[in-house]
Amino acid sequence: MSKTIKLKKGFDIKLAGKAEKQLGDFKRAKTFAIKPADFIGMQRPKVTVNEGDLVKAGTPILFDKAMESVHYVAPVSGEIIEIKRGDKRKLLEIKILADSEVSYESFEKFTDSSIKTLSKETAIAQLCKGGVWPQLIQRPYGIVANPQDSPKSIFISGFDTHPLAPDYGFALKGEEKFFQAGVLVLQKLTTGKVHLGLELDSEIAPVFANVQGAQVNKFSGPHPAGNVGVHIHHVDPINKGEIVWTISPFGVVQIGKLFVEGKYDASKLVAVSGSEAKKAAYAKTYIGACVDTLVNGNLKQDHIRVVSGNVLTGEKINNDGYLGFYASQITILPEGDYYEFLGWMKPTSEKLSYHRALGLLSFLKPNKEYVLDTNVRGEERAFVQTGVFESVTPMDILPVYLLKAIMAEDFDEMEELGIYEVVEEDLALCEFVDVSKHPVQEIIRKGIDLIQYS
Amino acid sequence: MKFLRDLLDKQKPLFHKGGKLENLFYLYEAGETFLFSPNHTNGIKGAQVKDAIDLKRMMITVVIAMIPCLLFGIYNTGHQHFLATGQTAGLWEDFGPKFLLGLQLVLPVVIVAYAAGGLVEAAFAVIRKHPINEGFLVTGMLIPLVVPATIPLWQVALATIFAVVIAKEVFGGTGMNVLNVAMTARAFLYFAYPAQISGDLVWTYLGDKAPVDGFSGATALAVAYNAGVDGQPVAQALAEHNSAIGDGLYSFYNMFMGWIPGSIGETSTLMALVGALILVGTGVASWKIIVSGFAGAYIMGLVMNLFAVNEYMAMSPEYHWVVGGLAFGIVFMATDPVSAAQTETGKWIYGLLIGILTVIIRVTNPAYPEGIMLAVLFMNVFAPLIDYYVVKANKNRRLQRATV
Repeated sequence: MSKTIKLKKGFDIKLAGKAEKQLGDFKRAKTFAIKPADFIGMQRPKVTVNEGDLVKAGTPILFDKAMESVHYVAPVSGEIIEIKRGDKRKLLEIKILADSEVSYESFEKFTDSSIKTLSKETAIAQLCKGGVWPQLIQRPYGIVANPQDSPKSIFISGFDTHPLAPDYGFALKGEEKFFQAGVLVLQKLTTGKVHLGLELDSEIAPVFANVQGAQVNKFSGPHPAGNVGVHIHHVDPINKGEIVWTISPFGVVQIGKLFVEGKYDASKLVAVSGSEAKKAAYAKTYIGACVDTLVNGNLKQDHIRVVSGNVLTGEKINNDGYLGFYASQITILPEGDYYEFLGWMKPTSEKLSYHRALGLLSFLKPNKEYVLDTNVRGEERAFVQTGVFESVTPMDILPVYLLKAIMAEDFDEMEELGIYEVVEEDLALCEFVDVSKHPVQEIIRKGIDLIQYS
Repeated sequence: MKFLRDLLDKQKPLFHKGGKLENLFYLYEAGETFLFSPNHTNGIKGAQVKDAIDLKRMMITVVIAMIPCLLFGIYNTGHQHFLATGQTAGLWEDFGPKFLLGLQLVLPVVIVAYAAGGLVEAAFAVIRKHPINEGFLVTGMLIPLVVPATIPLWQVALATIFAVVIAKEVFGGTGMNVLNVAMTARAFLYFAYPAQISGDLVWTYLGDKAPVDGFSGATALAVAYNAGVDGQPVAQALAEHNSAIGDGLYSFYNMFMGWIPGSIGETSTLMALVGALILVGTGVASWKIIVSGFAGAYIMGLVMNLFAVNEYMAMSPEYHWVVGGLAFGIVFMATDPVSAAQTETGKWIYGLLIGILTVIIRVTNPAYPEGIMLAVLFMNVFAPLIDYYVVKANKNRRLQRATV
């Protein structure tokens, strides 16, 4: 039975610089990189290539010794130019200099009907070898899924409510066939259902229309209504000991391409967004692309920060850094390293606030698109204000109590308060609205690590 | 502003590690961050932009919400003096002199509270090496508003120091305290120096002038309580009280407006409601606590009516809203987010019980004419218990889901 869930709690951060629904005139990146740090839960990464090796798109370059069957593969064909290591030889990134024309490793192809009769084992083997397995994320913990598990359900969110998020209707235009094939493959992996969450009262993107094999649930409300964690909480919540997998629509399409076309296709449309981007539009590129061609020459000013991902959950990268494995947008923001005279008291309608305390006037202009910089806007303090986190978390969870349990490293309390149901992105808004400026997402990850590794 | 910034930057090395004054780093930091919001940027991972609010802004909002009470209190202090000594009868007559007299009495109390508390804050920040707590901005203003204008200044200083140290700093500062700091200060005065903060003589400043014949300095609460004992209807007793200095001193309207003797900032229900409007409108205080607090007092007043064995119990419940410091206490003290219940359901229960307890203490206890102070402190202690059960209900829902 498909469900309709109307959410009230949350907050939409409206920013200037939304990507226009057109392909920008961006040059293709020359280098690409896979960063083990993008794969949360990867314990002992091992490189299987050497500098100077030639690879094709889909050639395994990396695996995790704790889960050897999953291959991490090259997104494009080319030459391995650098295997960058940090302290204690920690693997940081594997860089590839791309060929001008991508050549692909070939994998087994399946027809529509043979996908339907596919066995679970064959499906898993193909997914693991074909490099798309890391697209499957396990809840609890938000780590790369383990092929030996059978999740009770698989969730896909068909809309992204993050600030300046890409529009799937545009980014996945024409991928209907592959999305459908992907869903059919996913069906083999779970004992329960594949759930697709869509936005209520909005036009359904063609890519999601008429999808068979998935239960469509509809959600309405402000961010984080599009978060897959919120969907799980309301449709099929995770209890202790249960496993649910999640995957982005892009990941589903990639699975579909692997089975239908027999190749690892890492191409994706990435939204180049943010107030400091001269041209905010979509760029056709590949997983792990160097962002220099998207950023340089496309800036309104020099003092900026490039974020791989969105402003709530993203990661700061250099102007010539690399797109994160799961990122489908970059955001370019003004850097906020300045002092502001009496900044804590000055009335302002230029800075966005969820609150309405003295002089915070942004609530008077609910539809304005704001230019926000990266300033912290205050100092870290103990928890004082109450009730705010709850009002931006559309789940039956008490975030402050959960965070305090994590800080106190109280394992029973963490379990009882629902640590299995959240990952960083679900409470990212709390980090934004926090009066006391706690690193909420960092704390949540610390709690998950404590529970997972002990 | 560049000049100020340069000055601060020039002094900075002195206070940093290895500098001559490194011990005073947090004092420097307090001054610096007061003048300039820091230039910190968000970390590499996580939220890259942040909401414009911070704790300083939140606290200053509360201070602003108290300004109507403070200004009213200043004028009322002068007004009550002029009334009691028979100098003027009209409300707005002699506006200037009344305000000046009030200022002369109230300002020192405010300054002493801020200075004494500020010193303690600074000392703790330096010794314990933590940033100065903005929470004191609020505490320092609350304390003067809940003491009579006649209070000896050394008592204000002592109570403030006691409260900041015992109620707050020993627990780790703002955010960690169990009791409301300002209420603790008042309770300290009430039990340590009752002569200066209770009875009939302290609420109106007389100075060296003699009061008019037949003047009584009893508060409305005392009049109501005595009416109950004497078997006279409370409304009538209040209406007749102090006819020596003009009729209707304790009329419902006058008590609502606040033109009555009492502690500096708490007499006016109207001004407390203005404060409530600011606090609720800005989202700084919980409207749930305020609404349920007033509702609790009214409900308990009604219950008292039902079982009335004396006239005080039979008093119309809405009188409980305007006599004493109930309104001020609910709006500014009960809503302190740190010492109040922290769950949304808990806030309803917490506020309701404060209202109920206040009326019970007022009506049934001969030793304490006003109940709000003890009710707030009592519920501060019990707030974690309320929250415990609300949180437990949340955990149980999760557990039940798993076993179904």
